[in-house]
Amino acid sequence: MLLIRCPWCGMDRPEIEFRHAGAAHITRPGPPDRVSDEEWAAFLYLRDNPKGRVAERWRHVHGCGRFFNAVRDTVTDVFVVTYRAGEPRPPESAPPETLPPETRP
Amino acid sequence: MKFSLFSLLHQGLTGNQGWQPQWRDPAPKPAYDVIIVGAGGHGLATAYYLAKEHGIRNIAVLEKGWLGGGNTGRNTTIIRSNYLWEESEALYEHSVKLWETLSHELNYNVMYSPRGVMMLAHSVHDVQVTKRHIHANRLAGIDNEWLTPEQAREFCPILNISRDIRYPILGAALQRRGGVARHDAVAWGYARGADRLGVDIIQNCEVTAIRRDASGRVTCVETTRGPIAARKIGVVAAGHTSVVMGMAGLRMPLESFPLQALVSEPVKPIMPCVVMSNTIHAYMSQSDKGELVIGAGTDQYTSYSQTGGLHISQHTLDAICELFPMTRRLRMLRNWGGIVDVTPDRSPIIGRTPVPGLFVNCGWGTGGFKATPGSGHVFAATIARDEPHPIAAPFTLERFTTGRLIDEAAAAAVAH
Repeated sequence: MLLIRCPWCGMDRPEIEFRHAGAAHITRPGPPDRVSDEEWAAFLYLRDNPKGRVAERWRHVHGCGRFFNAVRDTVTDVFVVTYRAGEPRPPESAPPETLPPETRP
Repeated sequence: MKFSLFSLLHQGLTGNQGWQPQWRDPAPKPAYDVIIVGAGGHGLATAYYLAKEHGIRNIAVLEKGWLGGGNTGRNTTIIRSNYLWEESEALYEHSVKLWETLSHELNYNVMYSPRGVMMLAHSVHDVQVTKRHIHANRLAGIDNEWLTPEQAREFCPILNISRDIRYPILGAALQRRGGVARHDAVAWGYARGADRLGVDIIQNCEVTAIRRDASGRVTCVETTRGPIAARKIGVVAAGHTSVVMGMAGLRMPLESFPLQALVSEPVKPIMPCVVMSNTIHAYMSQSDKGELVIGAGTDQYTSYSQTGGLHISQHTLDAICELFPMTRRLRMLRNWGGIVDVTPDRSPIIGRTPVPGLFVNCGWGTGGFKATPGSGHVFAATIARDEPHPIAAPFTLERFTTGRLIDEAAAAAVAH
């Protein structure tokens, strides 16, 4: 079971308190009458599904009840960082290979 | 070498010294007509039918690990065709029909055992949905029948049909032609069959890039054993499909989740069939070795870790112990995870892609094993003819743009 740090509660809590809510930072296209079928398909269904770091939404359903975002490595399942909904993805959570060599963890 | 009673007797009388490897271990050639990425059951079946039915012999199957080492060797081997929608019924029934003659076809015993798959109903809603499935299946000519709790216990005597358990059994659907097969033998049988038809099965050869020409058409793959040219590429990479398709610049409607299974210590025969409960997330059968083979649900988060949370297995074991009280003191021997690629409508994607020469067979989610022969058969036809096989035609990638989804999510829940 994963240990997840809720950025609202400020505590590490067991995974069963949380509900995974899919990929994060997906922006709904609009206005609806000008969105093509391809754009709707991309928004609704197409996913990066990366092997490595993924930004995803979680909800602390059995705690504060609030949504937040997390960056997690899908190979090790280790959480890199969690941050509140509405905040941008922290730059240090980018995949290591995309960072300049001197700043790589 | 053909397997027969004569060859068995001959080998038995000569000390079993004459058995040969069942397939070659070739080095990759510079170019092939078709490259299949992924030597699991579906990929090997695709290569086999391409060679056998479509006369394409210059084929390579590339595998980053070892043959059948992914989900083919990790699943719970259940075979059935009692799906809800006509498109799915046609696809899975096509597969069941191939299963029935597969050992003979391959001259390799895949140990297909149509011992019956029983799916339990635990609530009024379950009863309604289950009966709807039964009616739909019978209209499509697929066997499926309703059992009362007493009839269900008669079919599976260790089933607990008490009314005072947390999720009492109100009835069950039984597909008698459903059952199990030996998963490794399926991969080995197709590998042997394909190899004899000239297909090169190249293990420890991971695809690292897909090259395309100016028109966008695929030209070759880069691998850990060097570049290999190909006129057509079929990607059958299960949980890693998104990664491979990303090499051709395509995003897929897929997410990869861990799906867990476990086996108990071996015991004498107690379980004559397969029992599944989608409502309380458990299914079980008994292998010929005597182990009880138990399937759990997926974890909630995407992952490539081939492991999952223990609470998922525990949840399943809670259900197993209630449904089969005699198993409560059994010890579990092994617990493992496989990475399954799940589509939004829980139906597979079989067909062409926007990249010319690139084909994909993926999205089998939690239930691909049962479809192995049918999947390979229709995908081979799709690759060979450059147009979808009629059974595969509804399962295109375009359905996520046109909206013609095949929504089997309610039909199969977590367990296929």
